[in-house]
Amino acid sequence: MLSAEVAVIGAGPAGLSAAIEAAKAGAEVLLIDENAKPGGQLFKQIHKFFGSKAHHAGIRGMDIGNRLLQETKESGVKVWLNSIVWGLFEDKILGVANQEGSKSIQAKKIILASGASENAISFPGWTLPGVIGAGAAQTMINIHRVLPGERVLMVGSGNVGLIVSYQLLQAGAEVVAVVEAAQKIGGYGVHASKIRRAGVSILISHTVKEVKGKDQVEAAIVAGVDKNWNPIPHTEKTFQVDTVCIAAGLRPLAELAWIAGCEFVYLSELGGFVPVHNENMESTVSGIYVAGDIAGVEEASTAMEEGRLAGISVAMEMGYLGKEKAEEIREAVGERLKSLRIGPFGEERQKTKQRILEAWQRR
Amino acid sequence: MKQGIVFTGVPSMEELVSSPGFPSKNRLRKGAVAVIECVQEIPCDPCELACPFGAIKVGKPITNLPVLFEDKCRGCGLCIPPCPGLAVFLVDTTFSKDKALVEFPYEYLPLPRVGSEVDAVDREGNVVTKAKVLKVKNPKKYDHTPVVSIAIPKKLAQKVRGIVRKQRA
Repeated sequence: MLSAEVAVIGAGPAGLSAAIEAAKAGAEVLLIDENAKPGGQLFKQIHKFFGSKAHHAGIRGMDIGNRLLQETKESGVKVWLNSIVWGLFEDKILGVANQEGSKSIQAKKIILASGASENAISFPGWTLPGVIGAGAAQTMINIHRVLPGERVLMVGSGNVGLIVSYQLLQAGAEVVAVVEAAQKIGGYGVHASKIRRAGVSILISHTVKEVKGKDQVEAAIVAGVDKNWNPIPHTEKTFQVDTVCIAAGLRPLAELAWIAGCEFVYLSELGGFVPVHNENMESTVSGIYVAGDIAGVEEASTAMEEGRLAGISVAMEMGYLGKEKAEEIREAVGERLKSLRIGPFGEERQKTKQRILEAWQRR
Repeated sequence: MKQGIVFTGVPSMEELVSSPGFPSKNRLRKGAVAVIECVQEIPCDPCELACPFGAIKVGKPITNLPVLFEDKCRGCGLCIPPCPGLAVFLVDTTFSKDKALVEFPYEYLPLPRVGSEVDAVDREGNVVTKAKVLKVKNPKKYDHTPVVSIAIPKKLAQKVRGIVRKQRA
């Protein structure tokens, strides 16, 4: 059996940041990702990020990704790509499969940074080719440079729906409309304004009722909904489209935490079942940490900060960082995290994150 | 239909006028000035760092709306490209006798040609006038957010915020 001091699972913004912090402090870190390239979803974030200078504001996500990869290299993190972690057993033993076969790795500390997956919504015609996740569309245009379709209907007006709509326009597609079942737009107004200026209409209190087509999407029928989200008769509109993108939120990819026996708490604001953790990102199973979307779906900038918290905490626990120094860094990271969780869009996340800590304390 | 940014995706005139980044009519009459159309408290402050004259302040917490000190603003437009929300514009109502200049971020290809005539749009994407492209600035430090200047009829200075992008053939 192989061994590792610190194993980080998932090389997205949280995992990279965690690995960098732990390795910089002196720990021997193995970073494992199932994809061919590290970076998670960062490299398809071609837009400039929000935040302050300390959060890399004004820098495009893909460029933040390149910086993290550079730091990963410099800090001596060992990276395994194309490697799937398929199990997590007692005594922190990981089952990992890659082209060389399947192997077991015993780690002293584990940081789970496996991210999130997109929610689907079902309606008649939802299995037709051309109904895709907004994240999938973003991967196609920004990573693979393939246009998924020419005329797109976006379902969901959170930041993902708005940003991907904008990027589809940049890629040369036409976005016929964004529909939002709630009574107001979910994402940042500035993202909505960009696509409005480009002539895209945003229909609040509307949902997709049905998608029609023989072998692929040919039309989408949209209807108004009442306060209880029930379709209102005779409000149907038909859009001729070849693609319907679903941007209906994300849920934490927490299977490994379930297998490990972590306790969970259900918080719809953060995407569903979230592993209970303390402010150092340690789960209820000693030595197993969580960071990023697995610890509650937020955004890349918060994921990076949570990753840093986890990496520093692990390094401290292993004796690579003095308690005082670790506390100092954790405090600075905590401040930066807090500043991302205020205002009308962040406050609720801050409150919900607090409920995770309360669940921890109740144990 | 309800007006306002959370319902339409477009800030209403009321929201704009009551936000601290929106210049006064008086300042607009005096010449080129930044117009910051940021009406929601989101955690973001690159505009503050971008201004070499200290004319924009967000401060702490970073969810504060940006405040434009309009007397300090020299109308250089350096605050346009760093805004992740593409929400900063430049308006010069003194451009000529009957024309105003509007500058806006434009992240689409192909870029418009200087001197060409284009369709200018309002915040809702409606074509409201023809416009002449005066300048297209795209230096490396703008990091792929080109800034386009157009001349439009003066009375549309506070309406026009972009142009129609070229469609695929």
